[in-house]
Order: sequence, then structure tokens, then C-alpha cells
Amino acid sequence: MSDLKTASPSELDLAALIVNTLTLETAPDDIDPEAPLYGEGLGLDSIDILEVALAVSKAYGVKLRADDENNTKIFASLRTLTNHIQNLKAS
Amino acid sequence: MTMLSTTRLPLIRHRGPDDLFAWHDGAAVKVRDFLAAVHGLALRLPERAHVLNLCADRLGFTIGLGAALLRRQISLLPPSDTPATLHQIKESYPDLVCLTDAGVHYPGFDQVEALPSGGLAGLERAGLASGDDALAFPADQVAAIAFTSGSTGRPMPQVKSWGTLVRSVRGAGKVLGLAAMQGAGLVGTVPHQHMYGLESVALLSLQHGLVMHARRPLFPADIAAGLAVFPERRILVTTPVHLQALLADGSALPPIDLILCATAPLAPQLAADAEARMGAPLHEIYGCSETGQLALRRTSATAEWLCIDGIHLRQDEQGTWASGEFLDGETLLADVIELKSDTRFILHGRSADQVNIAGKRSSLAYLNHHLNSIEGVRDGVFFMPRDDGARTTRLAALVVAPDLDTETLLGRLRERIDPIFLPRPLRFVDALPRNPTGKLPREALLRLLHDTRQD
Repeated sequence: MSDLKTASPSELDLAALIVNTLTLETAPDDIDPEAPLYGEGLGLDSIDILEVALAVSKAYGVKLRADDENNTKIFASLRTLTNHIQNLKAS
Repeated sequence: MTMLSTTRLPLIRHRGPDDLFAWHDGAAVKVRDFLAAVHGLALRLPERAHVLNLCADRLGFTIGLGAALLRRQISLLPPSDTPATLHQIKESYPDLVCLTDAGVHYPGFDQVEALPSGGLAGLERAGLASGDDALAFPADQVAAIAFTSGSTGRPMPQVKSWGTLVRSVRGAGKVLGLAAMQGAGLVGTVPHQHMYGLESVALLSLQHGLVMHARRPLFPADIAAGLAVFPERRILVTTPVHLQALLADGSALPPIDLILCATAPLAPQLAADAEARMGAPLHEIYGCSETGQLALRRTSATAEWLCIDGIHLRQDEQGTWASGEFLDGETLLADVIELKSDTRFILHGRSADQVNIAGKRSSLAYLNHHLNSIEGVRDGVFFMPRDDGARTTRLAALVVAPDLDTETLLGRLRERIDPIFLPRPLRFVDALPRNPTGKLPREALLRLLHDTRQD
């Protein structure tokens, strides 16, 4: 398995949050950090994304926005979402 | 026989060309710009019978609606833009052109962009000043066709005349007192290709002089920011799912004057919480794609729904039928209704075959048809598991398909049905628990689902 396929600790944290919030049957460390969260891949839809956004706001204290950036880009993968949250926290 | 057929109803009822019409890409759009864009697009649309309006941008969508009316073309409003849906619509309406947002491509379709490539400001320079030529269209002109999922697996067309659409949203506006809200800003979280969004976002704005936000926000922070662009009065058009998220999130909201909610019944407590938190009356709208909006209620004040002017209900052994001065014939409603009079009623939930998830309606028969038409599926059934009340409940499915795996089956379902109805969980079983008459008792399905749970 290449390093790219292995989730970092912060990616695993977020994966656990997503799995718990949506009661998915996938294990957090089974989520490929580069696979799409929307549609194919993990198969989330906009209702899930809304629930994840609320959980993210509670757990990380950041509010996700879709207006400025394409929201499918933020949710492209566990990795892009983790990076987006880290950037919001830093700013 | 009636006056209706000869009546002409205006596209827009703002007070004048300098009124604001929309908030688009960080700038205000005036009524004159909108009208010039309608005329401009009408010139650009090719000679076709139907315009498949795929615009996500509400300004482009509304310009498309007006331009199609002007050309006497019919706007088709797809339930989703999945390739399968678009191809099914094209099979039924081969003479169509797609109307799109800038830079979006739908392979295999002829398409036109709704917004002028040079921006709205370029239109007047091109001599397309709107002047004062009031646009009005005959009440019996077919304006749009919306679609619902039929039990046969094809989208079922719902044909809407301009008169039906206009008189329905004017009726709702009267109940809501919108005459006093001229110039208020409107933010809607619902898709305008669906009847609720078409009526309560696009047409409500057009017919009551409101200023429409051209984006559809999803996250609470986006809704708050959308409302905040308007300097004074604000209207929020939303659903129980978005409302719940908005309350849970705690984003600071600017003062709101009116909240509209529809697609699924709202719990009275959630309605009361929303009113307290936002300081605005919340009205629910009841309707369906077949009829458009039928009735309203202020949920914190009453459980009873009041029909909008001109709508009447009656019951027989088949169920409850809706009819109205501006509706074609009678429609059998898919809900269990207790009539208090022919214009007042209490809603007792949906009929057994109907499912409503986050505001999207379908029927189990439709979903089962698609599931069982997938190659490799020997038997399969969708059903609604127990509602735990905490989150949006999803459908479950049990499937007999020894040669398919989860990923393949979900992939094939995704091509056929709206993703919101994808089963979660999806379980493979050796056989469905059919009783001697071939039926699938709900208790047996729930038991099998429970027994096959992956721990």
C-alpha cells in the first residue's frame, strides 16, 4: 500500500466523525483518503454533506461554506475536506 | 366557456423597470436588465418546441422561463440532471434544446447558455432595452412540464399552463400577505426545477415583486450570508431538513420577516423553535407536483390546513381529490387526509406506497421496478425501516443477486434513480421472506434486515 492511500491522523479523525455522524457501515480506516466522498466512492449526497457540515462545525469550530468555492471540490475526498478544515482553522 | 382562456397574465409584477429583480454574483440586477435578457435569449433560442431548463443559476433559469414563454416554447423541468433522466426526457421530447449555466456541457445535447455572454450590462448597448413593453401571456398557454416518478419507471409529465402557475402563487401570496412585502429579498434552499421551488422561489418572486437571490445555498453559513445581502426585509423558502440544520448550527442570522417551508410535514415544535429563533412567522405549504400548491398553515398556531382561494377537496372510497378553478380536472392526493370542510383539513401522513426523503417523493413501486430491472437481480425490495426520529431516515433494500456485489449494484441503481433513494443499508439475502400469497410482510422484512446486520 502506498503512503498516499494511508490516512494521516487528522484524516482518520475526520473519517471517524463522518462514519459516526452518518452511522455508515464502513470502518474509518477503510475510507480511501483520495476517493470521492460524493456520489461514487463513499456515496454521500447533499443531505449527508449537510449533516457532516454540522458535525464539523461542532467538533472543529469552523463553518463550511459552499458559496466561494465549489462544494464538490471541498468534498472531493477525505483529504481535500481535511485540508479545507485545517485551512479554515488556521485563518 | 370561462374567461380564463383569453386572459393574459404578466410575466412580472414589479412596480417598474428600476425595481430590483435579483441578486446575482454579488451585484443587483434591475427589472429592466432582466426583461432585456428575456428578449435577448428569446432571439437566441433555436426553433424548437421544448426548452430543457437545466440552469442552476436562478437568474438564468427565470430568464429561460420568460424567453420560452415569449417564443411559445414549453419549459421542461427535469427532476434531476442524471444522464439517464435527461435521455429519457429526450426520448419523449426529441425536439428540445438544453438551456444551461455558463460553461456547463451536456454531451449529446444541443444547448444554449441562458445568460448573455457579454453580461447583462451589454444588452442595452446591443439595443435590447426592455422599454415598457409589458410581457404578458395567455392563461391557457402551456408554460412548463414538471416530472414526477411514475410507477412504470419513466418520469411522468405534469403539464402546467401559465394561468395555473400564476393563479396558484397569487393565491398563496394573498394568504401570506405578500402585497405588503414588495421589494423584500428572497433566499430559497430548494431546487427551482421542482414544483415547490418553481412556485415558491421563481414565480413567487416574479408575481409579488420580490428580489430573488440567484444562488441556492446549502450550508447554514451560506443561508445566513445569502440573507445578509438584502438591506431590509427578508424571506426564507426552505424545507424541514435545512431548517433543522440552520437551528442546530447556531449561525447568526439577520432579521427575517417570513419563513416558508414545504416538502415534508414539519414537527410543530421545530416550527415553534424556528419562529422563536428567527422572529418570523413560519408558514407551511402543502401540495404535490400534480396540482402545485394547494393549502397553507401557520404551524405554530394550528394543525389545520386552509386551501388557497379556488381550491376544493372532496373524498370518496378511493381517497381525497383536489380540484380548483385553475386546475385541470381532479387529482387523487397521495396522503391520508381528514376533511374538516371542503377547504380545511388535517394531514395524517402519506399513503403506504409513497416515500418522502428530504423532500423528494417517490413510490416504492417505482423504486422496486428499477431494482428488479437490473441484470443479475433475481428478486429485490425497497422498504422504509423503523424511523429512529433522530436523522433523515433512508430506505433499506433486501436483494437476491448472487452474482452482483454491493458496489456494482449501487452503481447501476445510481444510473436509474435519484441518489437520495439509494438503499442504506443494502443487504444481500438468499431469498425474500415472501408469504404464501407472494407478499412481503413488513415485519418479516424488518426481521430479516435485523438478522443480517453486519456487526
